[in-house]
Amino acid sequence: MRELFELFVVFARIGAVNFGGGYAMLPLLQQDLEQNRHWVTTEELMDYFAIGQCTPGIIAINVSTFVGYKRKGIPGAIVSTLGFVFVPIVVILAIAMFLRNFADLEVVKHAFAGIRVCVCVLIVQAVMRLWKKSVVDLKSFLLYLAIFLLALCSKLLPVSIPTAMLVLLAGFFGIVLGKEGKEVSK
Amino acid sequence: MMSQILLLAALAWEFFKTGLFSVGGGLATLPFLYEISDKTSWFSHADIADMIAISESTPGALGINMSTYAGYITAGIHGGIWATLALVLPSVIIIIVIAHFLEKFRDSTLVKNAFYGLRPASIALITVAGINVAKTAIINIPAFQASHQIGDLLLWKQILLGVGIFLANRKLKMHPIFSIVAAAVIGIVCKF
Repeated sequence: MRELFELFVVFARIGAVNFGGGYAMLPLLQQDLEQNRHWVTTEELMDYFAIGQCTPGIIAINVSTFVGYKRKGIPGAIVSTLGFVFVPIVVILAIAMFLRNFADLEVVKHAFAGIRVCVCVLIVQAVMRLWKKSVVDLKSFLLYLAIFLLALCSKLLPVSIPTAMLVLLAGFFGIVLGKEGKEVSK
Repeated sequence: MMSQILLLAALAWEFFKTGLFSVGGGLATLPFLYEISDKTSWFSHADIADMIAISESTPGALGINMSTYAGYITAGIHGGIWATLALVLPSVIIIIVIAHFLEKFRDSTLVKNAFYGLRPASIALITVAGINVAKTAIINIPAFQASHQIGDLLLWKQILLGVGIFLANRKLKMHPIFSIVAAAVIGIVCKF
């Protein structure tokens, strides 16, 4: 019971400061879940993001459910997800009730111009930390480069490739090119 | 009373479908939201535009915020809560099933090789997400188009803050929550 409560609180805290989409929560997860609590490994976080990208629903929710399930099974999965959405629900209800013009307030605009800079830095630092564990050789580097360019230039391509498709392709290439039988995750 | 329950059920059903079929990032829910708006007139296209702006300045994903907001304006606080829970329900069920099998097959060569490919893809997508944030955070394209001077393309105050946060994070090992709050305060004080 205490552990379930802890899961709720940890995810409520992450949900409360998760600005700018699912990827922006990665640095928070690394700090809170991996380095402070050792609940998950870097590899597991990466795997959850990859799976979250090609399954229905919001990535942040998928990752919360995953981590919760790993800790405490189905109750853990449910509690973590509820924790994650708790603060956003309260905030949006409050805005809908009292502050319809919230996003136009000068002070809010300034605060978020600052927060966006911080989110950039946090993402850069997350990528730097993850690099060693996921880009392990030339083949994986080429795969990184290909997916990066395809995702970056997706608007310039004649046909737009859904992100889920890119992730599935990468998984397929992994199976084809992977070092069969060898330890690649360590 | 009965009509209230029916309305909540209809609301939950629409957002359940949105949660089930939108694959990928937060903006993946957008086409579904426009469809609900056209079909039900629970909220207008202008409401969706407002919500995108609010979502950028509050915690939480766009889909979650939109379901809370639409649920509230359609059926009050109950509506806000039920619409949001309906949105997350399908992905919770699907992830629990996947997590269950992942624990079982984690050591199979096939799964390991698949992740050998998935991990570089995952950080490639994270890199692109970072670039997209950077486009609005440290680059000012409208000012550059107006003046055609390279100096106007970059927001120097913001870049300075970014470098500061980067170095502070490395030296002091600050918790990310602390640096987010500090950045917000600096943004307000220096009028970014």
